[in-house]
Amino acid sequence: MKNKYIFILTISVLCSLFLSLASQGLKPLKDKNIEIDKKKNILNAVGLDITNLSNSDIDNYFSSNIDTLIINLEGIINNDLAVSDLVSKESNQSGEVKYYNGSAEYLPIYIDKSKDAIVLPISGKGLWSTLFGYFAIDSNNYSTVKGITFYKHKETPGLGGEVSKEWFQKNFIGKEIYKDKVLNSVKVAKAGYADKENLYEVDGISGATITSNGVSLFLKRDLERYQNYFMRKINEQ
Amino acid sequence: MSNKKTFIDPLIDNNPITKQVLGICSALAVTVKVEQALVMTLALTVVVTLSNVIISLLRKYIPSSIRIIVQLTVISTLVTLIDKVLEAYMYNVSKELSVFVALIVTNCIVMGRADAFAMQNNVKSSFFDGLGNGIGYGVILILVSAFRELFGFGTLLDFRILPEFMNNGLMLLAPGAFIILGLIIWAQRSLTSYVED
Repeated sequence: MKNKYIFILTISVLCSLFLSLASQGLKPLKDKNIEIDKKKNILNAVGLDITNLSNSDIDNYFSSNIDTLIINLEGIINNDLAVSDLVSKESNQSGEVKYYNGSAEYLPIYIDKSKDAIVLPISGKGLWSTLFGYFAIDSNNYSTVKGITFYKHKETPGLGGEVSKEWFQKNFIGKEIYKDKVLNSVKVAKAGYADKENLYEVDGISGATITSNGVSLFLKRDLERYQNYFMRKINEQ
Repeated sequence: MSNKKTFIDPLIDNNPITKQVLGICSALAVTVKVEQALVMTLALTVVVTLSNVIISLLRKYIPSSIRIIVQLTVISTLVTLIDKVLEAYMYNVSKELSVFVALIVTNCIVMGRADAFAMQNNVKSSFFDGLGNGIGYGVILILVSAFRELFGFGTLLDFRILPEFMNNGLMLLAPGAFIILGLIIWAQRSLTSYVED
């Protein structure tokens, strides 16, 4: 019977047509959401309270207060490039994101002039997925942590997913990444075992050891990429 | 069966989770917090209701040898659509739940109802059957998640109720959900003295 082939073909074509239309129709909304979400996360990382800001407030704040810089691996600023010129590539193994223009590698930096903060993108593997986020440090000493946020991950909601919650992120504020002029980074300890006085560790998430360890690991790795820039800045001061 | 009975029956007496023991997978995965359970309930109710309606509309034309394929096509279309709508209008919720929303495709309740009910019944009662099963699933999900959030985090919908030192990590892991689900099924079956044949 030929009938059933025609039937399933019709259903499939109709369904896929419908889905393509819906997907294309909703794409501008989704893209806008992603862009606003990225800006929100950068602002969140510098400690700005964004709960009552509308999308246009965020656009305005971003364009008037945030400078975007592109540096090369030696830490030298490249004024000819913008973030949109960089192509990002995510490593499948480590989740590290590298930014290329042609074959040369660069790094983006966001600077909040009004809050004396610089914001760096961070990323790396947790348990199930790559976590993407931003890390903000004080631009006066390049060591004191201003904040951390995660905007994209597929960790277990309620366990590893807690990395995107306020209680976890606020532990980082006020910690230091330099110890006696050596980059030490901030370590995520076992849940409940972090010493509150220790400037180099924060409490982890119970039930999410692998996610917590992942954050320690890739935070340090990503900060190391910016070391040359930090050193240049510190020597200039 | 009257429409009212079709709607009420799956809420308790013929509940898809506690009686038919379907959809256990998502009942374990998205019951860590009440908020997630609520969104999941909403998403699943919409999918199972719409898929029941569509399958019931097509029931006279679907060749029986390929009915499962047709049902799956319809269900996965609806699930993808819900995922897209969440991304566009509830971006924050979608960020946390989009993995589980995509998995509604494999939720046995949706296909079970499409094949067992919508294929034989008219559009109106299929609509009520879908609605009832979605909500029946949701009731158990919310019940389990309320226990898990209360004893795991000490909160309900993020309001603190119990002090933090009483948090029980077991509740946050899958075994916690198994235990609570088991207790609920046991309670219901001993009250109704239902025995599996």
